[in-house]
Amino acid sequence: MLYRENGQFKSSYAADQQIFPIVQDRWAILGIVAFAFAAVPLLANEYLLSAILVPFLILALAALGVNLLVGYCGQITLGAGAFMAVGAYAAYNFFIRVDGMPLLAALLLGGLTAAAVGIVFGVPSLRVRGLYLAVATLAAQFLADWAFLRIKWFTNDSPSGSVSVANLHVLGWKIDSPVDRYLLCLAVLVVFALLAKNMVRSAIGRQWMAIRDMDVAAEVIGIRPMFAKLSAFAVSSFIVGVAGALWGFIHLSSWEPAAFSVDRSFQLLFMVIIGGMGSIMGSFFGAAFIVVLPIFLNQFLPWLGGLVGLAVSTATVSHAEFMIFGVLIVFFLIVEPHGLARLWSIGKEKLRLWPFPH
Amino acid sequence: MGRTIGEVVLDLNNVSLSFGGVKALSDISFDVREHEVRAIIGPNGAGKSSMLNVINGVYRPQEGEIVLRGEHFSRMSPYKAAQSGIARTFQHIALFKGMSVLDNIMTGRTLKMKSNLVQQAFRLGPAWREELEHRAKVEEIIDFLEIQHIRKTPVGRLPYGLQKRVDLGRALAMEPQILLLDEPMAGMNVEEKQDMSRFILDVNDQLGTTIVLIEHDMGVVMDISDRVVVLDYGKKIGDGTPDEVRSNEEVISAYLGASH
Ligand SMILES: Nc1ncnc2c1ncn2[C@@H]1O[C@H](COP(=O)(O)OP(=O)(O)O)[C@@H](O)[C@H]1O
Ligand SMILES: [Mg+2]
Repeated sequence: MLYRENGQFKSSYAADQQIFPIVQDRWAILGIVAFAFAAVPLLANEYLLSAILVPFLILALAALGVNLLVGYCGQITLGAGAFMAVGAYAAYNFFIRVDGMPLLAALLLGGLTAAAVGIVFGVPSLRVRGLYLAVATLAAQFLADWAFLRIKWFTNDSPSGSVSVANLHVLGWKIDSPVDRYLLCLAVLVVFALLAKNMVRSAIGRQWMAIRDMDVAAEVIGIRPMFAKLSAFAVSSFIVGVAGALWGFIHLSSWEPAAFSVDRSFQLLFMVIIGGMGSIMGSFFGAAFIVVLPIFLNQFLPWLGGLVGLAVSTATVSHAEFMIFGVLIVFFLIVEPHGLARLWSIGKEKLRLWPFPH
Repeated sequence: MGRTIGEVVLDLNNVSLSFGGVKALSDISFDVREHEVRAIIGPNGAGKSSMLNVINGVYRPQEGEIVLRGEHFSRMSPYKAAQSGIARTFQHIALFKGMSVLDNIMTGRTLKMKSNLVQQAFRLGPAWREELEHRAKVEEIIDFLEIQHIRKTPVGRLPYGLQKRVDLGRALAMEPQILLLDEPMAGMNVEEKQDMSRFILDVNDQLGTTIVLIEHDMGVVMDISDRVVVLDYGKKIGDGTPDEVRSNEEVISAYLGASH
């Protein structure tokens, strides 16, 4: 069957408010999720799972969190790395200091701690916006860098701020092999993506977008900017915090503060810009793009150089990477603020009407 | 008409507002009665929009007070105004342009929706039922304004006249007792103006909503309003029925004669 919504008439508002109102979309998404759970673990090798898929899933989760704040609520943040750090170190402290603390509970508590810190750093958004807010959130980043390096209690008195975790279990399932790690991250991402999608199509999501699009009109309707903005900071930081905890516990298993530097903050922001602001799907596109591009360039550029008889060094590849990101970010900011997700939906719209363009 | 004009619901006493050196409103007093259509007219820069902004708390007047159903406010806040049943539309379209028509109008239901963030995230029963309930109400408004065909369109893509209609829909979704309309027909062609007048009169007549209307088209104002306030350079120069205002010398020289 072609990609069509003809004949799919909605007979109730409930049917009209499904996540994916078009049947083909629903099946495609279910198919992708089923494939990711059932087939990928069989097909992918260890390298693919540990070095590409796990980082992709976790960064997609973090980008999703950043997107709720930046893309949906219109509040800029350069502190996402800090909230990942807070999530990771808070989860670590709960995990090692509380006897018998289950892994999942520690991850969620890490998220909650990040949410609380997020609310505090969201307070400036009630007074300032744009560049000033960016600087205020950047302060969170520097504060976190400093705190996790200097305040020894946070890192259980380890001299370099480096900590590690072992013996991870979820409900009796030992998280050990790359497949386990992959499946855990995938499950967390799917659940959070669903919750986020529900939020953005509910009253709270509409409040965020209203504040983003026209704050005076939003206030006049009875939306309280303080509630809308701080709830966006809280939810966003919660998700970013959980992603940080996963990054530490599952991906790295031993880490130091540098894992959550300002570079990470920028990287997450770039994912959202390239993937598409205000789109859940866009967060995934952005994360995939930023994770995969360097790997692709590492293979492709030396091969291309080989064709014309040039030796391409790793340094050249990483310069090329920066240049490509730079160009793309400028391109998307100016030409298509809705990013790859928008290009994707334009493509779908064309397909929906094909072959009759009108 | 099925309505009878009632008591004073909104009373403005000696309101003055200035921006730096610019006096936008000087010592303005007038009242609005329940169920009536009250027009505010005056040349550009007369202070009409500022007046609406004072009423719903966007601007804080330096002097004067607002009496809303007997309650005195020296400063109103937008939130308080919304809670008290005051809705408004904007002279320069202030829709949420990244959102669909449906979502824009749904935001008007914010104060009536009670489910919390967690219930919404998990789509629990209360949140889900509430969403459907309010959706049904919003669909009534969409039918009333005859914009069914564009309900899923992002408002940024709509022509101006339709955006004005969505702006009205968003305000109506609040089920306001008092509706402030800032030049709802500006920039429209004759047919669009007729539609808009019909919507406004229907709202006033069928729902009993009190309406405060800023409008430049004198024909429309004289046709649909019960009483008219005339502002000029931030001062009130006339107040009364359309006929009284039309024959007021000061009004004729300051406004009717001069710019139109
Ligand atoms: N936010 C503001 N800041 C500064 N001056 C303003 C502001 N809003 C209105 N004014 C000034 O107040 C006066 C009245 O404006 P306004 O209420 O918009 O008039 P009208 O709606 O009758 O055309 C004008 O001189 C305008 O420049
Ligand atoms: Mg005006």
